[in-house]
Order: sequence, then C-alpha cells, then structure tokens
Amino acid sequence: MKNKSLGSKLLSAPYIVWAALFIIVPLIIMLYFALTNEAGVFTLANLSEIGKYKKAFGLSILYAAIATVITLLLAYPMAYFMTKLKISSQRMLLLIVMLPMWMNFLIRTYSWISILANTGIINTFLGKLGLGPVQLMYTPGAVILGMVYDFIPYMILPIYSVMSKLDKSLLEASEDLGANAFVKFKKVILPLTRPGIISGITMVFVPSVSTFYISQKLGGNKTMLIGDAIEYLFNLGVDYYNIASAISMVLMIMILVCLFVMNRFNDDDDGGVVI
Amino acid sequence: MKNENINIVELKDVTVSFDGEKILDGLNLEIKDKEFITLLGPSGCGKTTTLRLIAGFLEPDSGDVVFEGKVINDLPAYKRQVNTIFQRYALFPHLNVYENIAFGLRIKKFKEKEIKEKVEEMLKLVNLSGLEKRDIDTLSGGQQQRVAIARAIANCPRVLLLDEPLAALDLKLRKDMQKELKNIQQQLGITFIFVTHDQEEALTMSDRVVVMDGGKIQQVGTPQDIYNEPQNAFVADFIGESNIVDGKMIKDFYVEFSGQKFDCLDKGFSQNELVDVVVRPEDVDIVESGKGMLKGIVTSVSFLGVHYEIIVDIGGFKWMIQTTDEHLVDEEVGLYIEPDAIHIMKKSEYSGLYGDYSSYSEEIDLLSEVDYVEEEPVVEE
Repeated sequence: MKNKSLGSKLLSAPYIVWAALFIIVPLIIMLYFALTNEAGVFTLANLSEIGKYKKAFGLSILYAAIATVITLLLAYPMAYFMTKLKISSQRMLLLIVMLPMWMNFLIRTYSWISILANTGIINTFLGKLGLGPVQLMYTPGAVILGMVYDFIPYMILPIYSVMSKLDKSLLEASEDLGANAFVKFKKVILPLTRPGIISGITMVFVPSVSTFYISQKLGGNKTMLIGDAIEYLFNLGVDYYNIASAISMVLMIMILVCLFVMNRFNDDDDGGVVI
Repeated sequence: MKNENINIVELKDVTVSFDGEKILDGLNLEIKDKEFITLLGPSGCGKTTTLRLIAGFLEPDSGDVVFEGKVINDLPAYKRQVNTIFQRYALFPHLNVYENIAFGLRIKKFKEKEIKEKVEEMLKLVNLSGLEKRDIDTLSGGQQQRVAIARAIANCPRVLLLDEPLAALDLKLRKDMQKELKNIQQQLGITFIFVTHDQEEALTMSDRVVVMDGGKIQQVGTPQDIYNEPQNAFVADFIGESNIVDGKMIKDFYVEFSGQKFDCLDKGFSQNELVDVVVRPEDVDIVESGKGMLKGIVTSVSFLGVHYEIIVDIGGFKWMIQTTDEHLVDEEVGLYIEPDAIHIMKKSEYSGLYGDYSSYSEEIDLLSEVDYVEEEPVVEE
C-alpha cells in the first residue's frame, strides 16, 4: 500500500479528534474513577463494592435476556412474512416499523404508563366489564414489555435486511433436493439469516441490559436494574462517582464479552455482523 | 438401451399465465425415458417455465403434468423424483462441497457411511475428488458447476432438469462441460431435460430438440431434422443461418422464387401455393455471372477463418452465402443451387419476418447472441 497523502490525513483528522474527545477521553475518565478512591489514589476497593449490586446485575441480565428472546420470536416471523409481500407493501411496513423510532424514546416509554396504569386504558376497559383493576404497572412484565416495545425495530431491521437478500433459488434448490417446509427452514433459511439474528440480538440486548429509564418509569422502585443503580449513584454526588464508574466498567466488560461470544458464533462461516 | 416406448414425462395441453400474459400456450410434449431432450428458444419463449413446471415450482393454470402416467400437477417439488441444476447453480453458501452434495441424502436419512461413499463417488464422477472440505465461494465457476451436477445426481433422480447450466461459463469450458454432461447422461441412463438458448449447444448434445417461441412448440425433432427440415421461418432462422424467400409451388418438385423456376425435392403442396423457401448459406455455389440460376451483386464480404461470408443482392433481397473462395464487393456473380439444397415450408405467422440479410452486420449478430445471464453470482450476506 502506498502512503496516504497529506490531504487524506487531514480529511480524517476531524474524525480522529472527534473519536478521541468523545469516546476515548470519557472512557479514560471512567476508568480513572473506577480505579481510584475519592482522594484520587489507585484502589481496587470500588470493585469489591460491586457485590452489593449483584441483584441488580442479575435482574438486568435476566430481563434483557427475556426481552431479547421475546423480541426475536416476534421479529423473526414478522421479517419473514414481510419479505413475502409485494415490494410496495414491504416498504410501507418498514416505514411503520421505523415510525416509532422517530418519536422521542422517553415519550414512547411514558405513553405505556397511560395504557398500563390502574386508571389507564386497559384497566378502564376491564372495569367496564366488571373486572380488575389488574396491577400492570410497576411489574417486571411492564419493564420487559417496555424493552420489547422500544427495541423491537432494531431486531426487525437487520433480520429483514438479511432475509430480503436471501437468494430465492437456494430455497428452490432445497425443495428440489427433497426438503419440506420445516427442513428448508432449519437447514437453509435459519443458517443463512443468522447474521441478521446475531446483529438483532446484539442491538436489542445491549441497550436493554443497560437501560434505566424504562425500569424507572414502568417498574417503579421495585425493579432496580444496573442502569438505575449507576444513575442513582451518580445523582448522589461526586463521592459516588468512583463506585458508579466501577459498575459501568464491569457492565461494559460484560457486554464486550457477550459480543465477543456472539461474534464467535457467527465466525464459523460467513461472518459479517453489524454492531 | 433406450426403451423408446415409455414416456417418463408428459405435458398435456399445458397453459401458464403471469399477470394475464400467456407464458405457455397449450403446450403438448412427450419426453421419453433416458433421452437427452433440449428445450431451445430465445429468452421469454417459455422454456424455463416448462422446466419449472416439471420441477414442481409452478402449477399449470390448465392442462396436466404427467410423470410415469400419473398426473402430478399439485405434487410439491420436494416429493418429485426430479432434480434441477439451476442456472446460477444455487449452491448453499453456508455449507462446504461435501455437505452440499450430501444435502439431499441427509434429508432422505441415508446412513453416514452411505453418504460418504455416495459423495466420494459423485466427486469422482465430476472430477472434483479431494475438494470435499472446500467452501463454495473458494471454487471457480466451472468447479461450482460440477458441484451442482454432483449435488443433483447424488439423489439418483429419474429426470434431471438443467436450466441453462453452462451459460455462465466461458466458451472453452462450456465445450468441455457439454461433452462431460453428455457422458454423464449416457453413463447413468438418466433422462436429461436441458434448457438453452444456444442452438449449437442444443444440436451437439441432444437426442431430440424442442424449438420454442411465444409459449408454443415450433418443432420437435432430432438435431438433423430440425436443421435440415425446419417447419417454419422461425425454426429455420433460429437454427443456423438461412436465406428465406417467398416462393410459389408450381407443382410437386417444382418451385418458383426470385423470378426463376427450380427443381426441388418437396411435394404435397397444392398447386400454386405460396410458400417460404429456405436455402442454407453453405448450400449455394457462387459461379461466374450468367452461369448459375440467379444473378446478383456482392455487397459485403467478411472473412471468418474457415470460410467467407458473402452478402449478395439479388433483385433487392440480400442472400448470405458461405464460400471458401474470395470475391470482391460490387462483383457481379451467379448463384447455383442444387435441388436438394432447397427446402420448402408452409407459410406461417413467421413468414416475412426472418431470412433477409439486408440489415445484417456482424455486430448485430454478435449483440443478439450475448448471454443475457449476468456475471457470476455474488453471495451477499
């Protein structure tokens, strides 16, 4: 490869500065706080404090995992049937899938309160039937519902994008070789759409596991997730930055490990995951 | 040892339409067991649709698809005893060579040992031994083609359907594969239904050729029949080069065209019936002006190696003549035509559309023969 010209170096400079300023520097600050005490002296004490938040970590991973599985189960068939439609209908449906993403994330979450609350739409309706009210708000179910609702477009889009590029002649080839609908799905469609599934899982699991807003609004104080813990600690003031940073660091490492494992899954064959 | 009496596949008055347009229009075809039959025609003639009908990817709107005497119109593809070699191979990109070939066998629940034996046998047959572990995208086009063949015939189909399988290969490789496919067909005794738009390929490989256009069969016959006795102007023009002129059958064995009367070998037309007369370019001899039956002016000469291709203007109609002698443009020449070089066809919807070389140029001919198949498939992920 020949040396890059000065011009192209200059052109890439703003991005390098950007990345340094807004990605590298904050990461270093986080690491600094995580590995020092209030006096700025190196310590690992913060990490041992994390034990107290075991439950929050566990709940976060559990809820995010459940939400990811539900999202996948909903999004995969949806993406599959979308590809069966006329191109114009496919575009329309894609638009509908993406439409909520244009709305503010907080408003989208907030709107669920008016649906799920004891005086909300569902309970009002049930009341008219002489039932309820049923406690829907401030339950783990409400939190998971919020995650599924907020993040499902990120599952549908990558799966749809892989699925729509699937070569139809491969499906015919498998039928030709004796595969019924089930075998065709298991041996051809599923393995070939795996890159989409993997990036969908990544794009839903990562924000779900670190969310704090959804659990606060829909789960109340009963479901403290790790994101809530971090937010809570930061709000307590400068003295708690160290422990909050330590939790953030551990969460990040966990996510990185998850991504790494996922990508290994995909490396077996044709790779190409989008993170 | 062909059993000439058994029809393995029959199409009975089959019609298929898409969006109101008839792709196949009342097609009747009988395909014999163990024969190599080719569906030949320009793109859009319905040949691939016919193949997909037999494969089971399509159901006819009306008419019947019959396999060994049973109507199989709504039998799904996966239950049919036919296998297909797809135009762009359609190999599974997530599986290696071995697993691609084993795909059908695994579905049929063969034992691992049998699968291994079968795959090795197939790889040997297509000269790919040792490539079991290779990924599909590391193979060349020709190798992919061979894997596709191996994958299809590993299932021991009764009928193998080939959808322009050689279209994406370069000329040299295509010639080699033509021979190999023919060998494989004879070795295994499987019925081959081969689709192509390449008339040379059809003539060299087939026991019988089905010439199609506009969703209809124009002619079915041996390659010799098709070439020597074309049934209408379309077939005459599509298979090889032809001069097709308007003529009049004066009586049996006597025809008039280009203002002259000729002896010929055809009979059975009514007196003074208007006909199409076909004369192949290689069957015309150029003689001194005034000596032959016809007289004309040379308008173009191109050297093609084996012979010259000469366009001669005879009373406004341009004839193509192939000869090994050189002639000059603007030279006045005579044409001599033997009675057995003249072939008479009944008038058809194609009369007057083909067979005049007045707009002929090498470029146009080359352009029209360019494969409409795009380049090698790129597997996207």
